[in-house]
Amino acid sequence: MTQATFEQLVEVSLTVNGERVDARVPAGRHVVDFLRLDLGLTGAHAGCEHGVCGACTLQIDGEIVRGCLILAAQMDGAEIWTIEGVTDSKEIADLQDNFVERNALQCGFCTPGMIFAARDILTRHKGVPGRADIREHISGNYCRCTGYEAIVDAIETTARARNSAKEGAE
Amino acid sequence: MKASVAGYARAQSLDHAFNLLHSALGEAVVIAGGQSLVASLNLRLSEEALLVDIRHLPELRGIGVRDGFLRLGALTRHAELASDPLVGEHVPLLAQAAPLIAHAAIRSRGTLGGSLANADPAAELPACMIALGAEILVRSAQGERRIPAHSFFEGLFTTALEESEIIIAVDVPLKTAGDQHVIQELTRRSGDYAIVGLAGVKSVNGVRLAYFGVSDKPVLAAGAMDILNSGGSIDDAVAALRGDLDPESDPHASAEYRRHLAAVLMRRVMVDLTNS
Repeated sequence: MTQATFEQLVEVSLTVNGERVDARVPAGRHVVDFLRLDLGLTGAHAGCEHGVCGACTLQIDGEIVRGCLILAAQMDGAEIWTIEGVTDSKEIADLQDNFVERNALQCGFCTPGMIFAARDILTRHKGVPGRADIREHISGNYCRCTGYEAIVDAIETTARARNSAKEGAE
Repeated sequence: MKASVAGYARAQSLDHAFNLLHSALGEAVVIAGGQSLVASLNLRLSEEALLVDIRHLPELRGIGVRDGFLRLGALTRHAELASDPLVGEHVPLLAQAAPLIAHAAIRSRGTLGGSLANADPAAELPACMIALGAEILVRSAQGERRIPAHSFFEGLFTTALEESEIIIAVDVPLKTAGDQHVIQELTRRSGDYAIVGLAGVKSVNGVRLAYFGVSDKPVLAAGAMDILNSGGSIDDAVAALRGDLDPESDPHASAEYRRHLAAVLMRRVMVDLTNS
């Protein structure tokens, strides 16, 4: 029988942006705080800290999640990607350029999370998603600067360009 | 705020999980996706908890047809309910309900078992299980029992689950030809908890209508169902809601507004249940 003990410091082994990380984390540490405070990856932002604002959105095991609703203690074996990782890989350079081009950010606090939500619908949606679909998919990410219109523009522009490139290649 | 957690243990097996729950003398809480639990730990709504993580247990996973039921493992995530072909074919109500739950970044993590154990009165899945006549399988070190959904939800965030028990799976009756499943809810913003919602199932046994967001637990509209199932009019069924529902006022909506919305939803859901 495995021992019935609870740990206050939990050992985890995971990958972050493709690099292996071994750490001992306090049991109540949020993933977003683990990334920001322990690993110095400050791209994911801690906003409301109860899963509403979306500023801490990042990718774990291939899916977008809230970094403030997941404990680092649960991350043994996980594969985490943050905005730093997906920026370095250049896979979303077009989306980021379109955010700048369309003025889809002002203060930038929501942007890393918003980019992850946008990247998610761009990856999942076949063809060009409608503006209503885009709005629905980013509905869990608050932006207090832009009024969202420019963000939807930037995502739609990226979807159209990617779709044209794909059709051109076929 | 930061989560208030006193300790964490990753269960290596169900027996290990039972052992952990036992050793914590009632101080432990089971965590899987954590999408409601961690939020409540952050808000300090829950006491400082010892967490038993069951997220890795394979016996709590899987979706399959079995003995006339669709068996859904407790760790089935909302995103899976939305996309799984067996759910879409056999229990379309759950496939319709899943996209109404929160947002993509939460549906990727939140689980069926977690939603039922949490028993938020405004949540979709508890009401769906009542409308469907599902049974919830729970297990402890002493053995397993099946709890009908209608007696599982006892009140605000309160269920028939004992401290020593863990939800294993849910058995949902399979949709048969001619059955209809519909869920509708009214929210101010996409992804919010419903101000009022209604899950409806039409089968050879008649119509079952389960409301959420109108009480401290999901409510079967028994009076309205009796009228509809004995050939009565929709107007009479709507009138019977006065006796079926006793909503309270809160900052989101007054009791009277909730009553109004409940009637609106019944008419909309009955159109969908009977026309398609």
